[in-house]
Amino acid sequence: MSIDKHLVRKASLEKLFAVLKLQGKTMYAPLLRNGKISYEITGNFADVTIEFIQTTQSAKVAAFPRTEKLFNYTKDKEGVSVKDFDPNSIPETVVWGVHPCDAGGISPLSAIFNWDYKDNLYNTRLERITVIGFSCNKADEYCFCTSVGGNPGGVAGNDILFTKLGDSSDYLAEIVTDKGKALVNAAPELFEAAQDVEKEKYLADVPNRFNREDIKGKMEAFFESEVWAEQSMRCLGCGACAYVCPTCACFDIQDEIHGKNGMRVRCWDSCGFSMFTMHTSGHNPRDIQSQRWRQRLMHKFSYMPDRLSVYGCTGCGRCSRACPVDMNILEHLISMQEIKK
Amino acid sequence: MSEKNIYLPYLMKVEKITIEAPGVKTFKLKFVNDEDSNSFNFAAGQFGEYSIFGVGESTFCIASSPTRKGFIECTFRQVGKVTSALSNCEEGSIIGFRGPYGNKFPIDQWKGKSLLFVAGGIALPPMRCVIWNSLDLRENFKDITIVYGARTVNDLVYKHELEEWNDRKDVRLITTVDPGGETPDWKGEIGFVPTVLEKVAPSSQDTIAIVCGPPVMIKFTFPVLYKLGFTDENIYTTLENRMKCGFGKCGRCNVGEYYVCKDGPVFSGKQLKELPDEY
Repeated sequence: MSIDKHLVRKASLEKLFAVLKLQGKTMYAPLLRNGKISYEITGNFADVTIEFIQTTQSAKVAAFPRTEKLFNYTKDKEGVSVKDFDPNSIPETVVWGVHPCDAGGISPLSAIFNWDYKDNLYNTRLERITVIGFSCNKADEYCFCTSVGGNPGGVAGNDILFTKLGDSSDYLAEIVTDKGKALVNAAPELFEAAQDVEKEKYLADVPNRFNREDIKGKMEAFFESEVWAEQSMRCLGCGACAYVCPTCACFDIQDEIHGKNGMRVRCWDSCGFSMFTMHTSGHNPRDIQSQRWRQRLMHKFSYMPDRLSVYGCTGCGRCSRACPVDMNILEHLISMQEIKK
Repeated sequence: MSEKNIYLPYLMKVEKITIEAPGVKTFKLKFVNDEDSNSFNFAAGQFGEYSIFGVGESTFCIASSPTRKGFIECTFRQVGKVTSALSNCEEGSIIGFRGPYGNKFPIDQWKGKSLLFVAGGIALPPMRCVIWNSLDLRENFKDITIVYGARTVNDLVYKHELEEWNDRKDVRLITTVDPGGETPDWKGEIGFVPTVLEKVAPSSQDTIAIVCGPPVMIKFTFPVLYKLGFTDENIYTTLENRMKCGFGKCGRCNVGEYYVCKDGPVFSGKQLKELPDEY
């Protein structure tokens, strides 16, 4: 479908937010709390910030919550009774202020949740989400979206994408999908006719640093190389990289019970944890941290493209920013281009 | 959105508990709802998630044969949180089960061939399913040989069934225990499984070898099988990678581009060679 373009005044953004809120939509938006910016549910536009290079957590949380209820149960002397979780209780949601690297994360996430069994919970959440993105007008040294098929004004995954037109208070609104059109129809007066604008000149400059197909080939050829150990020497196995990643989808299944009322949940997990693969016997197929680092990178740059026809990295750079020991994925990927052993 | 919640387990009643070895029990499980029982089907080699509400889920194979309907069995060793809670169950307790998941042993393709089962320790349960499956269809196969070993005599599981197999004329059973694990009246072999396998040297002629055991046993058993003339195409094993969901989402059993829960747990020796050494 062709992308409709409109002009939206800065003051209209608040009005649009209010209209959507009034429609009863759950609004996820980036909020600044204690020095960190994360996507949280809010009704108050004044709390929303879009002046950031990157949020600490990705917008993934709206489609794949950190901890997600699978069903409830009660357990007492009489036995067990199970109460199913009703996906219809999932609200219509707008995720506001998403950067293209997070919107671009929807494709790999969806590939994982749909490659064989179609995950009903994930799909129901996603169906009910409208993504309102904002192009990036600034970037930092951790950003590398252009090296992994994205760009700072990429529309993929967005329903509407806003691009701030320089220092003016105007935004270009690109209406990418039918869901986006529905939002426009909710407040058509806010979407004015667009002038002929060239949005590229308002976007952040994110240099292309490597070729991901080359990196894929190198990783496969150098599976047994010492490069993995060299790169991960200081890795603590803390899993922070997975928790901030917009495409990491690994999860654990746990029970939570208080008195006789319990629920089973799925919650984020990380292949960086030693326990992730440890057998009951104590045998661990990925026994050392370098194997786990290799798994993380190869899953994203080799296994996913091979199996799911999509790369598992959008170049958001969060893993590098979050790493407590400053392992920089971009540097490591670039250096991998050079490996010969 | 009326689709059934895939994470919702069947409620199962623990019908019978058998103590197999120190810390090892077999549960015979019956579906609480008859409809579930009637619609449930599985194949030899598949597995499931067994759960205690309030504690969590644990992955084991279905240890009973699909030829025996109306119930399933699982055998587990009490080691962690969930298996400890399972172990505390009594007959009549209600537990959760979801499955079956994974692929199956290609038992249909083995018609007319001889079968050699090689198992070590607690790895007999995943093989017991396919052993009984083939014994219940005995006329489909030529010779059936079982080589089973454990650390000690006490650690051998399914002792009654071992006796039964031993007494059958149409099965050749060789049991062994690790050196030092024998009792004064032990009549079986003494030695590690690969060594004993080489000694008893079953024919590889027109034979499928099905191997299951701890990684160290697998590592030493494959070369013996090659020496006996088996090829990778005629060797099958079942992997035990840690799992959570069972259907290719949670990422835990991912090895290379494969998911043990979907592409396995049954792999031929040939398929195993395509996997990175992370199992």
